[in-house]
Amino acid sequence: MINHIDLGTVLRKTVCDLYSDLVTRPTGAAVRTGIEQQLAEAKDRTLTVIDFTHVGLLDFSCADEIVAKLLVSYCEPSGDRPGSGRVAPPRDCYFLFKGVSDSHLDAIDAVLQRRGLALVAKGDDERLLLIGTVDDRERRAWEAVTRLGRAVPADIAMEVGVEEPQAESLLATLSRRRLIMRFDEGYVAVGAGP
Amino acid sequence: MTTVINVPPSLDDRTFETILQQLAPLAPDEKVLLDARHARWASPYGLTAMLVLAQTRAERPAFYAPEAEDTASYWARAQFFRYAEGLFEMHGSVPRARAATESDVLLEITPVSKSEDVHEVVGRIQSKAQAILAKELNLDPRATMGFAMTLSEACQNIVEHAGRGGWVAVQTYRWQKRLGRRVVQIAVCDAGVGFRQSLESAQGRRGGERWDDAMALEDAVIRSVSRFRDAGRGQGLAGIRRYVGRWEGKLSIRSGTARIAIVPSWDEDVPLEEQLPPFPGAQVLITIPERSTPR
Repeated sequence: MINHIDLGTVLRKTVCDLYSDLVTRPTGAAVRTGIEQQLAEAKDRTLTVIDFTHVGLLDFSCADEIVAKLLVSYCEPSGDRPGSGRVAPPRDCYFLFKGVSDSHLDAIDAVLQRRGLALVAKGDDERLLLIGTVDDRERRAWEAVTRLGRAVPADIAMEVGVEEPQAESLLATLSRRRLIMRFDEGYVAVGAGP
Repeated sequence: MTTVINVPPSLDDRTFETILQQLAPLAPDEKVLLDARHARWASPYGLTAMLVLAQTRAERPAFYAPEAEDTASYWARAQFFRYAEGLFEMHGSVPRARAATESDVLLEITPVSKSEDVHEVVGRIQSKAQAILAKELNLDPRATMGFAMTLSEACQNIVEHAGRGGWVAVQTYRWQKRLGRRVVQIAVCDAGVGFRQSLESAQGRRGGERWDDAMALEDAVIRSVSRFRDAGRGQGLAGIRRYVGRWEGKLSIRSGTARIAIVPSWDEDVPLEEQLPPFPGAQVLITIPERSTPR
């Protein structure tokens, strides 16, 4: 199931119908709550497109409240391990960010780096972009999955130049971080479709 | 008895210290009169800091307006008297407040106490900033959004940490003596709890540790420490630092008895000043210079 959430609309509905800028923490928290209410209605695995097209300014505080905290709630960062005590994500949600301008990107990248998070955005040219904190092998593996469309560990082992168990581990990490989706035995990049 | 405090002819972040030096020996409830009759010019920092000063006095202070018509008229356009009248006993000729029409007043003095105020400030600045930063200061159009973000984060320090309202003003002018170029300045001043007390409220510092205004400023500005435990906090000042660094600007924050500065190559300021005359709250000054060649 694919959800589309227009942040401009959520902002006007939840905070003030005159606003087009995502600034301040209270505004960000209200918008995130609006998004979470929509996500709560989803039953199964969902891909949610978070659309920044109608957002003017995004400041660091608001980016942290909306983007970073949403990812923290729904994604499992690479550092987390089973048994760490972390509560499982409330839904099997994946996020694709679109309509992200260069100035939005400044704020988003800063808050992702701060918390060690990453996300997938779709550029104006429809290309997928990996933004935030990823190490070199994770990035190469993600790029390979994106290029191939659908990949299994053996494909990634060949593309990245690692042993198959390592490739499997890389894919599992990217999947936990909600940067790729698992379908049966294979993986596809978020936003690329099955 | 009323003590007369002389406002220097040219009032900016540096010369405002002479006002604080005059105030330092006085009790907070002692009546003072700020004598600005001979003032000829004031930066946005100077104007907003005078309002903050009034907020810090237990006894309502008096204020003598500048005698020079053009100075008083400019302060009126910057909306200084509009707010000063609520804080001072006014003396002298106070021009009627008019809307700011001069192109160099990017944002007239505006009170900030809640999230909605930040939305308003950001909304008002964007269209003007676009024209002035790009055309007059030769800044990359990409600088405009960053400028508004910086302004937003600076104002949010008041909302999130000060515990009481403050003031913001933005203005461009030519810094002939110090730089020989135009600059845009953001001044955000409040009379709230200040950095030291704000950080103390959550950190539970150990006894015997050195802890003062200078250390609090270093923690907040250099190490991005926040009073909140949330890992995502403390990004506002970090973002301001990045913006200032990218556009060769200067960031200076005074709180309590200390002042910290991120000093660019064109300035000769010191990175940290201690044992200044005490002044409550936090006073933030961001200066972005004109680029000598378009970028």
